Amino acid sequence: MSHFLSPIFASGFFESEAVHIALAVGALVAIVTGVVGVFTVMRGQSFAGEAFGDLGTTGGAGAYLVGVGTLWGFVIGNLVAAGAMEVIGVQRARGRDLATGIVLGAGIGLAALFLYLYTSEHSTTGATVTILFGSVFAISSATIPLILLLSAVVLAITLTLYRPLLLSSVSAEMASARGIPVRLVGAFHLVALALAAALAAITIGTILSTALLVGPAASALRLTKRPVTALLTAAGIGIAVMWLGIVLAYDSYHWPPVHQGWPVSFFVVTLVFITYLLSGIPEARRRRQTGRNHAASSAAQPATPS
Amino acid sequence: MVNAWTVASMVAVVAGVVGFFTVLRGSAFAAHAIPNGSFAGAAGASLIGVSTLFGLGVFSLGGALTIGLLGRRGRHDVATALALVMMLALGALFLSFSVEYAPEVYSLLFGEVLGISPNDLAPTAILGTLCILAVAVLYRPLMLSSVLPEVGEARGISSFRMEMLFLAVLALATTMTVPVVGTLLIFSLMIGAPAAARSFTDRPLLAMGLSVAVALLIVWIAIAASYETNYPVGFFVGTASAVSYTIGRLWTAVRSRRRAQPSHT
Amino acid sequence: MSVDVLAVQGVSVRLSGRTILDRVSFEIAPGEFTGLIGSNGAGKTTLFRVILGLQATSAGRVLVEGLEHGPRHRLIGYVPQKFLLDPDVPLRARDLVGLGIDAHRLGMPVPSRTRRALVEEMLHAVDAERFADTRVGQLSGGEQQRILVAHALIARPRLLLLDEPLANLDLGGAQEVVALLARITREQQVAVLISAHEINPLLPVMDRIVYLAAGRAVSGTTEEVVRADVLSELYGRHVDVLDVHGRVLIVAGAGEDTDLAGHEGVFPGAGIPG
Repeated sequence: MSHFLSPIFASGFFESEAVHIALAVGALVAIVTGVVGVFTVMRGQSFAGEAFGDLGTTGGAGAYLVGVGTLWGFVIGNLVAAGAMEVIGVQRARGRDLATGIVLGAGIGLAALFLYLYTSEHSTTGATVTILFGSVFAISSATIPLILLLSAVVLAITLTLYRPLLLSSVSAEMASARGIPVRLVGAFHLVALALAAALAAITIGTILSTALLVGPAASALRLTKRPVTALLTAAGIGIAVMWLGIVLAYDSYHWPPVHQGWPVSFFVVTLVFITYLLSGIPEARRRRQTGRNHAASSAAQPATPS
Repeated sequence: MVNAWTVASMVAVVAGVVGFFTVLRGSAFAAHAIPNGSFAGAAGASLIGVSTLFGLGVFSLGGALTIGLLGRRGRHDVATALALVMMLALGALFLSFSVEYAPEVYSLLFGEVLGISPNDLAPTAILGTLCILAVAVLYRPLMLSSVLPEVGEARGISSFRMEMLFLAVLALATTMTVPVVGTLLIFSLMIGAPAAARSFTDRPLLAMGLSVAVALLIVWIAIAASYETNYPVGFFVGTASAVSYTIGRLWTAVRSRRRAQPSHT
Repeated sequence: MSVDVLAVQGVSVRLSGRTILDRVSFEIAPGEFTGLIGSNGAGKTTLFRVILGLQATSAGRVLVEGLEHGPRHRLIGYVPQKFLLDPDVPLRARDLVGLGIDAHRLGMPVPSRTRRALVEEMLHAVDAERFADTRVGQLSGGEQQRILVAHALIARPRLLLLDEPLANLDLGGAQEVVALLARITREQQVAVLISAHEINPLLPVMDRIVYLAAGRAVSGTTEEVVRADVLSELYGRHVDVLDVHGRVLIVAGAGEDTDLAGHEGVFPGAGIPG
């Protein structure tokens, strides 16, 4: 058996505790982000996921500076960001993107400051890399209870609000017509997204966390329109890319050029990206079959973010 | 030190001009995405020993084209987000191969104005001039296409072509501004200054000029402050941009309240 | 005999199996005011896109000033139906109008007395002088529409195309716009083609009507077209045309089911209530 598996799994894979934690945490985070991600993509809030990634950097850097656990930093930073976005959110779309961008800029600037202060105080340079690009292998077992708690909270929010959230994501008008408090539901979703983004950040880093928040969900939505199937597919894709990424990263320890291993986040993001591209194939094939003349019928659209 | 001021001023002028259209077109996301994509280019360039500007340029342009082409079909925001993250991951990979991993990451992301060498002056000036020339040449059709795309189409101005050209200019601007302000913060300068400027004037060209002026102010303050405190330039740029934007919004609110007074019909 | 400003000849458009336009033909002479009447889904927007050269035809052709492949964009001015202008955009009404002079040309506008005079003339023509220096995004919908008309007119087109300019206006507002356009047609010597789903506001000023139903068209003067026999043939079912105090009411005959646009019994042109 081991002869068969050894080309795929480098030696020591199944024995390493770091790997066990990585696989378990990775799977859990994949499920959480996949579920939240489906609603996020349906609501067209990919930019928000981006914002949490960047502002999470500020939270994480702050945590380093203050000496608190990084995950706490991500959680607090993201919740503050969520609050800011709710306040800004009343404006029309174009103004909202601008305001979000400004807040991002200020937040990232602050992150730069925190990282600088931390680095000069402690004369170690790894903080930037760890926060921004993360590593699922570096998660200590002490963080696991918090991870479990956060995951439970996110799943509780999303699954409890499943029906009103689904309806208001599809059509806010129809939802309010039925007496659903659309803004409140949206606010709860934003909190869930903030926490999910924090979880994604400790596994693959803040500025890459969007990949987990948006990628598997977007792929799932291209493959199926039924909500429950989309949720399951998104979680499934997430787990698959996480585990495969972990295996590859472990195996890469002896790869050139530096024989230190390639970053696991790189593998996860690449796999997410490839999956997204592949998920576009069935639809492209369908479109070719109906022989629609897209060039004729669609006016070129200026690419304004929604 | 003179280097830093000169280059930073050039950066501010370009950011002000290109940023004017960025804000007009609501392209804050693209302005955020393209520099992050170029991060990989800079990282890769340093890995293989090529000029950073070259790496930045190639990846900025590539990122811009991808965003433009992907934006035609499918969910625009998802495609852009994933493409951008892919580029960042690639950059992380390249940097992991180098010895100077962490410090390089920091300066690429947050800027390193004091590390600008005299050799960078000429290419930066050339790229900057190209940017401004491009905007001047495209001014009229770009204005119409940005404000009223349908009317532009009716006049034979293809919205798609304008978008691609604009993204290319954005990529060019990114290439020369990133070494100073960093990939994560250049967009802040590019949207903060113009957003503030347009609160103070109704006229397009004046708004563009004011945008440049505000950008220069922000950059000069940032450099002076950074020189004094040793804190990173990016921190001051991000903060000053946010302050400018807020002042602009407050002024707009004051103006509209004044306008709503009884004397107006 | 002068060349028709616009000649649509046997234009058909088929998209994904549906026939959107079916052998549509009509002409517009210089300075004529023409109404393109049809309910939503009849094909008005598609026809406009064909005329503007933004939509390929499956059959037929469009001649602008006698030319199929001439400088169409210079000759036709276009006012779209929807134009959401951001209140923060730093562009005054007069700036937007000025942009209309040469927006398609590369480079930056050179301020000159001629330009300023031209802009003033157009602002006067659409009665927009009092808000010429206000930001476009802060104008009301009707004011913005007038600015867009001025923007289109300043390039001296031979034909002005307006896509449902009356759609969101009440009757008073609609009458104002129609009167303005009729005056412009006379003063500026430009032909006007307006699409609408309501015939009555245009009745007093139309020289010609093109009536579009389910992709098929009939054109002529109001007397020639707005008749029970003509419209019945166009719709392929029995249609009555009633005169109510000088206004037209077009209804399906008794016992008919819903028409193709989903209106039960009442066809475009009903014009009620007030």
